[in-house]
Amino acid sequence: MSQMEKRFPARINMRRGKVDMTHGSGGRAMAQLIEELFVKHFDNDLLAQGNDQAMFDAPKGRMVISVDGHVVSPLFFPGGNIGSLSVHGTINDVAMSGAVPLYLSAGFILEEGYPLADLEKIVMSMAKAAKDAGVPVVTGDTKVVERGKGDGVFITTTGIGVVPDGLDISGANARAGDAILISGHIGDHGVAIMSSRENLAFETQIESDSAALHGLVADMVAAVPEIHTLRDPTRGGLAATLNEIAYQSKVGIKLFEENIPLRGEVDAACEFLGLDPLYVANEGKLVAFCPAEKAKALLKVMRAHPFAGDAAIIGEVLDDDLGFVTMETGFGGIRIVDWLAGEQLPRIC
Amino acid sequence: MKYVDEFRDKDIAKKLSKEIAKEADPSRQYKLMEFCGGHTHAIFRFGVQDLMPDNVHFVHGPGCPVCVLPIPRIDNAIELAEQGAIVCTYGDMMRVPASKKNSLIKTKAAGADIRMVYSTMDALKIARDNPDSEVVFFAIGFETTTPPTAVAIKVAAAEGLQNFTVFCNHVLTPAAIQHILQSPEVRELGQVHIDGFYGPSHVSSIIGSAPYDYFAEEFQKPVVIAGFEPLDVMQSTLMLIRQINEERFEVENEYTRVVTPEGNEKAQDIVSEVFEIRRSFEWRGLGEVPYSALKIKEEFAEFDAERRFSLTEGTGTDVKGCECPAILRGVKKPTDCKLFGTVCTPDNPIGSCMVSSEGSCAAYWSYGRFRLDMAKDNAKAAAE
Repeated sequence: MSQMEKRFPARINMRRGKVDMTHGSGGRAMAQLIEELFVKHFDNDLLAQGNDQAMFDAPKGRMVISVDGHVVSPLFFPGGNIGSLSVHGTINDVAMSGAVPLYLSAGFILEEGYPLADLEKIVMSMAKAAKDAGVPVVTGDTKVVERGKGDGVFITTTGIGVVPDGLDISGANARAGDAILISGHIGDHGVAIMSSRENLAFETQIESDSAALHGLVADMVAAVPEIHTLRDPTRGGLAATLNEIAYQSKVGIKLFEENIPLRGEVDAACEFLGLDPLYVANEGKLVAFCPAEKAKALLKVMRAHPFAGDAAIIGEVLDDDLGFVTMETGFGGIRIVDWLAGEQLPRIC
Repeated sequence: MKYVDEFRDKDIAKKLSKEIAKEADPSRQYKLMEFCGGHTHAIFRFGVQDLMPDNVHFVHGPGCPVCVLPIPRIDNAIELAEQGAIVCTYGDMMRVPASKKNSLIKTKAAGADIRMVYSTMDALKIARDNPDSEVVFFAIGFETTTPPTAVAIKVAAAEGLQNFTVFCNHVLTPAAIQHILQSPEVRELGQVHIDGFYGPSHVSSIIGSAPYDYFAEEFQKPVVIAGFEPLDVMQSTLMLIRQINEERFEVENEYTRVVTPEGNEKAQDIVSEVFEIRRSFEWRGLGEVPYSALKIKEEFAEFDAERRFSLTEGTGTDVKGCECPAILRGVKKPTDCKLFGTVCTPDNPIGSCMVSSEGSCAAYWSYGRFRLDMAKDNAKAAAE
């Protein structure tokens, strides 16, 4: 370390400093930012080695890899920020195969002029999310674009994990007769983001549900290894996710609106914004498809987990090769729950 | 959710469903037009049709603000944006097809500064924040959205905002309903049979129930002003069927929790202070409708985009084969259109009725197509 300190005679002024073009230039300023910000907070041996890659033993079994770019606006929102979101989002994408996530990488695109104090807050929240999840950020990259060419901070994370033996979980595996479960209230993330948008600010207690779900998944697959499908209903909400699965598995889906957990505040916010909560994003929820006879056991395990106390059985899979997702409405009629058309709300994650 | 859940109650819906079935005379058909897209949306979103007897039919009217705006007016908005103005508009307007396969969202992607706003106050803020740019609010909608536009113009005048104008496309509901009832398709040809009307809910909160008295009497059609919640629609259906059975042609108000006979006089005053009635205005689907729209008064001329900028007299027309005009008049159903669900879907709208969730084509497609054998055939053909 003494050698390092010589390289950087003065520490970066994190309190008042701003991102400038040298922080992405490959020179000393970049090295210092990496050292005093990323390596410091992410704090793990693989990253501290200072190589352009992280080297580790390949575990036995099937591995999964997933990548997720994050462009959320605003960068800070009730219940999290782009840092924690970028960790949770990718861990969840890995976990929805039933995998145990092992490592993350992180690519930062920073805009010239962005306050270092805010960047540090983001990195610290990212580091905490990774630590809490037990999935370290072991390699990364930093680029800087000119002022006006970015929007503060964009973060792309990649995750890898390994799937325990005996699992076969895929969006294509839903079967007629399966029960469909959700791990909790829908729409919290989208409404939290909207409430903090500059042109839309309204007062609400709703916080983003952003959370890493691999622990929940581990409990679920341990109890019910027969789970056919897992997916986190992020952009496009529950509606988009179910349409994707219906299409992939060539089945129909029937939902029961009364069973779908929805907070009154989220319902109300959607009502006055003209949104349908089925299409509003979640960042800490999953849907699971399993054989109907296992549904009760699965529900019990889910409800025992802190992230899924409000889990519910919300629908069933039908034999319909047209892939329609329909819903018995709380009012007693039937409607389609279609793919989202156009853009309901841009830059939600 | 208080004040909302009460109007979506399943058990009351079941009771009303039974009462309607009892009241409806099985030897006849009931064709009821809901003027407003808000009703169309509620009917489909909650599956209200499933609770109706087979002889009660909803005929969807033209009351979807983005659906009735003629293409030349959208072309004008695009023209303003291309000339460098910041054009502010409500979200649904962004995707409505204009001439030459263009739209505001495509114009935005090509570099123009077009911004989606949630209220006229957002547009005013954009004008204040960009004093060196012309900021045009692309104002659309029925009587409900007109008072906020009037307020914006008054605020701009009070603040002396030099760079804010309104491209006014506000239209009037009673004139349009009267036009439909006078159309040859209804009056003479008998192509469209309408037994009664669901009166607008939000519009009526502004204008009151009195403006409908004239055509209930003149055209001998019952009108029931109905709220936008599904129970409102069902209760109003029962009221309409009773009127029809008893051969009454009255304006009844189901939406008494909001609508009064006089309406919101304060809002009416501010509207008449800023706007005056146009001699004629083109509606998509209905053509030129006399005295059916508003323009900005001379007194506020400096805030009128049509006066400040020279706009091209538009010639844009609907795409060949698109049945939006007939659908907006209630002459055809979305499924009568050859483009419906084949090349025209909410992801790739060809006609305006496929854009907004209040448009009947979008409602049919997004909420109801599982009912349609045609849609199943289409989906099968696409899969093969």
